[in-house]
Order: sequence, then C-alpha cells, then structure tokens
Amino acid sequence: MTAPVVVARGLRKSYGDLTVLDGVDLDVGKGEVLALLGPNGAGKTTTVRILSTLLRPDGGTAHVAGKDVVRQPAEVRAAISLTGQFAAVDDLLTGTENLHLMARLAHLGRAEVRTRSAELLELFDLTDAGKRVVKTYSGGMRRRLDLAVGLLSRPQVVFLDEPTTGLDPRSRNDLWDVIRSVVAEGTTVLLTTQYLEEADQLADRVAVIDHGRVIADGTARELKRAVGSAHVELRRKDGTEERLLTDGSVADVRRILADVERRGIDVEHWEVRSPTLDDVFLTLTGRPAESPVLVASRES
Amino acid sequence: MTTLTPAPPALGWTTHDTTALIGRCIRRSLRQLDTVLMAVMLPVILLLLFVYVFGGAIQTGGDYVNWVVPGIVLLTAGYGSSTTAVDVASDMTGGIIDRFRSLPIRSTGVLTGHVVASMARNAVSTALVIGIAFLIGFDASATAWEWVAAIGLIGLFVLALTWVAVAIGVVASGPEAASGFTFAILFLPYVSSAFVPPESMPSVLEAIATYNPITPITDTLRGLLLGAGAGDSALAAVVWCLGIFVVARLAAAVLFRRGQ
Repeated sequence: MTAPVVVARGLRKSYGDLTVLDGVDLDVGKGEVLALLGPNGAGKTTTVRILSTLLRPDGGTAHVAGKDVVRQPAEVRAAISLTGQFAAVDDLLTGTENLHLMARLAHLGRAEVRTRSAELLELFDLTDAGKRVVKTYSGGMRRRLDLAVGLLSRPQVVFLDEPTTGLDPRSRNDLWDVIRSVVAEGTTVLLTTQYLEEADQLADRVAVIDHGRVIADGTARELKRAVGSAHVELRRKDGTEERLLTDGSVADVRRILADVERRGIDVEHWEVRSPTLDDVFLTLTGRPAESPVLVASRES
Repeated sequence: MTTLTPAPPALGWTTHDTTALIGRCIRRSLRQLDTVLMAVMLPVILLLLFVYVFGGAIQTGGDYVNWVVPGIVLLTAGYGSSTTAVDVASDMTGGIIDRFRSLPIRSTGVLTGHVVASMARNAVSTALVIGIAFLIGFDASATAWEWVAAIGLIGLFVLALTWVAVAIGVVASGPEAASGFTFAILFLPYVSSAFVPPESMPSVLEAIATYNPITPITDTLRGLLLGAGAGDSALAAVVWCLGIFVVARLAAAVLFRRGQ
C-alpha cells in the first residue's frame, strides 16, 4: 500500500452506556477504495462522521490527508468531501444553483464555479435536469447531484456513507457507474455499505465492522478464501437441499456430479457457488448480516 | 489532483460566504411565495374579523381600526417567524447542515442567510398588511419622523422575533415541531393591549397584559402611527426588543454549536 491517506487508530465513541466504536483501526491508501461493510448500528456512520470532523472521538486518533481530524478540522475539511445517507442538497434550488452555491462556498474562482459545475452535471448525466428544482428529482438523481456537489473542489478523499441505501436497483447501478468514474480519476474513496454486493463491486479492499470493531480486513477475494472453498449446491425435487464442498476444478465438479448420479438423487437444480460476502459475515460473526430493509424506509 | 485550500483573508471570505448564503435563502423565499402570502392573508383575515365583526363592540375611545392595526402588524411578524423556524429546522434536520459544516466556511453564516431572508419577507408582508389597513380606513396621521421611528421599531421587533424563530428552528426535532413552537408565540398578542385595552380585562389578565412585552411595543407603535408621539412605553418597547434579540441571538449561536 502507498502512504495511507486515511489513518485511524483505536477510535472510540460512546453515548452514555452505549459503546458505538470500540477501538476502530483503519488505513486507506492513496487512490484506494475501501468499503466499510457492516450491518446497521455496527459503527460505520459514526466512523465516517469522525473522519470527516463532524464528530469528536472519545479516544484514539485519526488523520486524513496528513491532518489530525480533531486538531486541524479546517484543513481536513478542505481536503475531503462527504456524501451522507440523506442527500444534502437544497430542494428549492435547481441542480445548477445547488452546484453554484456549494462551489462558491468551497471558494472556487468565479469562472471555475461555472465550468466545474457544468462538467459535473455532464459527468453525472444531469445536464438537462440541472435547470429543474431538486424537489422534482428522483431519489437516484438527488443522490447523483449530492455526489456531484461533493466533488466540486476535487477532494483528495471522498467519504460515501451508504451511497445507494434506499435506491432502486437501476439507480443503484447508475450510481455505481458514477462512483467508478470518480475512482478512475484516482480519488481515494472510503464508502460504507450494508450491501455485500456493493462492497464486492466497488472496493479494492473490504473492512468488516461489527459492534464498533473491525473484525476482518482484506480484498473481497481474500475474505472469501478465508471462509472456505466453493461448493456444489443441489436442490432435490422434494425441495431438500444439499451442499457439497469442492475445489471448483472441472475434474472435481465432474466427480461430484457423477457421484450424485450414482446415488440416484432426483435433482431439480444444481449450481457451483463461490462463497459470497454474506457467507463471510456469517463465518466471522456467527450470524448473517442484518437486512437493510428497515433503513431504506427511513428515506421517506 | 489539486486541492483548493482557502488562503485569502478570513474576513473577505466571511462576507463572500454570507452573501452566497443570503442569496440562497432569498431564492428559497421566492420559490415559496405561498408562505409569504399566508403570512399576509392570516393577519389580514384577523384584521377584517376584528374591525368588522368584533370591533363594533370594543370600546377604545376612537375608530377600532386605528386601535387594532399596530397589533395586527406585530402579529404579521409572528406568522412570518413560523416560516423562518420551519426553514431553519429543515436545514438542521436534513443532511444539508452536515454539508455546510464540512465546508471551509463559518457555518453560522447559514443562520445569517435565514435571518436576512426573513427580514426581507417581513418587509414585504408588513407593507402589504399596512397597505390593506389603509384600504379599510386606517387613518395614520404620523409625521415623516414618526413613520421612520415606527418602521425602525417594527424592524427591531421583527429582528428579535426572527432570532427567536431561528433558535427554535435550531433546537426543534423537525420542521413540524418548529412550526408548533412558533404557533405559541401567536397567542401573546391576545393578552396584551393589541386587540382590547387591558383595563377591560379581569384583574389577573390585566396584570399579565401590562407586563406582556407586546403591550409597550404595541402602545409605542400605536402612538407613532396615530401621530401622538412615541409616548411613555417607548423605552420599555425598545429595551424589550433588544433584550429578546440579544438572548435569542446568543441562544441560537450556542445551540447551533452544541449540535455540532
């Protein structure tokens, strides 16, 4: 890893008796995309709020772009952007007006306010919508605009707190494309998600967080490997299922299927499955990742 | 990739930032003109109700319309403050406040933007209400200087009430709660000299009305608008307005920082 742009050591935060962060350690290298993966209440948002100077930790240290988040918040703010769970845009302004306002507040030059805004509207496929009041936008459009606003001042580090929570699958795919193009520009990204697929799709590295601690850290592939090899999954006509371990090679799968045939099992459906990040979570915590359904409903 | 770090003097940027934030709130006001309209309509309805329905039965020693207009003007500011509280509360509870706070700006400028827009909205609604009052026979005989003093007092009252609304907006759990809090303010004028002379009330209420800040402010405004001079309550009126302004302003700033 190149010199880390985000470094957190032993971050702690509690509210009364409730410990939200119990010593979080994180490193994000320059140009790297780290997904902080965990269920509701695991401490993802709290971590991001501390790293983006919105919240003071009770203990531990954090540096972003070489600056201390507690002692040099202004310097940190100048180097980052934060896109939260709730689109931070003004409903009564148009998309363009939102960008212009935030560009001015980010202290861009007069000419750059216009060019950068137009550039981002284009990149995020919002050029036509830019003239409309944000109140008329769909959830996906609002989120794209929110992300565009965050990129105005070309931040070194972009924090995305559950960027696709509450979006329909199509808007989610669109937003993933946009995030990939941001990543392609070499920006360092720390994103939080409870969608296992999202971490797999976007991130170079995944840190699994649970009960305020990072319990695993590695590439999605490494994590999957830690859980175990692939398996053949069978569903019989009578509805019962069976999982048979395999190393995934052609020879081994053929051997297993030949065995299934010899045993005379009435198979309705079969497939070879790699372990998913869901399996990772199950293995690491002994319970499945919690459903994000409840969070999505908070959007309204 | 470059980072655009703010370098020029802080004061220059503060002015620049505040101008941008005021522009934002003015735009927002122009896009919800219906709220300004409501802030005019409700006091005008009350004005008509009091002048044509109740007014005949209220003894004030003159034309009732002349008695009630100053109170209606203050009530207009009360209705206007509800818009301000709701706007501030939706900023504070939506995600946008985090955005402002993560920018290299002095984030209290957000509140300044709302205050300036509130003053502008109130200028429009107060002018409309006074205009309608003239149409139904309000007979102001104020001199030019009395008008200046009256406008100054209204401005001071609106400023104080706006900061109360901002403080409410900052602490409220959401726009609906903010709106509910400001509704309480609207009852203050009823137990004051705004609609009926306090002497006509039962003794307990009369005592409350006498010490209600709305009473000296209404009396002073009435004196000025009717050309009778500021009168004895002028000092109390100004002190009340300034006091409310200072306390509300401090409360808003402290509560705003606490929310960080």
